[in-house]
Amino acid sequence: MSLTELHLALLAGAPRHGYDIKQEHDAWFPDSRPLPFGQVYATLARLQRDGLAEVVETRVDGGPERTVYALTDAGDERLRAWLTEPAPPTGTGAEEIVRKTIAALHTGIDVQGHVARQRAVHLRRMRELGQVPPGASPAERLVREHLIAHLDADLRWLDLATDLLRSSPTPPERTHS
Amino acid sequence: MNPPTLTLSAVSHTYGRTQALRDATLSVAPGEVVAVTGPSGCGKSTLLLLAAGVLRAQSGRVTVAGTELSGVDDTARALVRRRSIGLVLQFGQLVPDLPVRDNVALPLLLEGHPAADARAAADGWLDRVGLAVGPDTLPSELSGGQAQLAAAARALVHGPALLLADEPTASLDTRSGRALLDLMLATTVAAGGAVLLVTHDNTVAARADREVRLRDGVIEHEVALS
Repeated sequence: MSLTELHLALLAGAPRHGYDIKQEHDAWFPDSRPLPFGQVYATLARLQRDGLAEVVETRVDGGPERTVYALTDAGDERLRAWLTEPAPPTGTGAEEIVRKTIAALHTGIDVQGHVARQRAVHLRRMRELGQVPPGASPAERLVREHLIAHLDADLRWLDLATDLLRSSPTPPERTHS
Repeated sequence: MNPPTLTLSAVSHTYGRTQALRDATLSVAPGEVVAVTGPSGCGKSTLLLLAAGVLRAQSGRVTVAGTELSGVDDTARALVRRRSIGLVLQFGQLVPDLPVRDNVALPLLLEGHPAADARAAADGWLDRVGLAVGPDTLPSELSGGQAQLAAAARALVHGPALLLADEPTASLDTRSGRALLDLMLATTVAAGGAVLLVTHDNTVAARADREVRLRDGVIEHEVALS
């Protein structure tokens, strides 16, 4: 989990307080779960403890006190190091589709219905993601493209799985050791 | 509710001994976008050519904008094709001896529109699809992607009631393909036209209101996406 580095990236543009960081995160990743405030403050405290961020100002503008954090040199270095490492080429948490499809293929229970329903929910989601709100930033568009590309990959895999089933219509024999 | 723009009722088609399509029934309503998907050789393109009246249904009925294509002679069928259908095929299929601009103007020229008006309309559509050509540019001078853009302009120039497109973005890069699809769908749907897209590309299918899935010439499932 790269929450630490992500917070460093969110601080890289300018010093920010916790509320700003949360807002910026949620704008960067419109499809992710919104970042809870508690997590932001806990992460900022950790960054400060580890010397990756520092408090540069405490603002009281009539409202609640707001602590403004900035990246330290060490924080900047850590962020850059993180960005030089490619992300691991793993899946994206879509394992449920793999489990269900493999189970449907093995058991032969309503495979066609499974494929139809899975295609429908995937295509609907791709359709929603393709409807980019006016004024969306290029970065927001890119996040949507990434999600669409993954959904597309799932569907192509589903095609391959059902094709394989058709070429060997009897469910594979279980081998018992 | 308006009657469907396109209806196929129990349509079958064979090439020699190969059955390409069996008992296909589907309809597309005005303003609706339907994607026909499925693996290569599943009968998608045959279905589209039957809907376009290019192939004649060997059994079953095909009705476009109120005319049953199998019930009329070739001339009447050609007329429905010219007036009510815009057809985009995978490789453009432009008339080789006609300048690109006249290819695009063709549906209007055949309907007897004054040549100057038809060419002005063609220029407008060439501009909208983002294809810059001179008045004498021939199809042989275009790349595959450019020919596909020209074919799309030709399919849209007369505001057809039914737009039929077979892999309309296959020769284009992602961004150009998406821009062309946006234009084709927005223009046709806004004018109350119906769209049937044949594609194996899920990102294209995801633009439709409904997916019809074909396998081995048979409709396997049909699901609403909107």
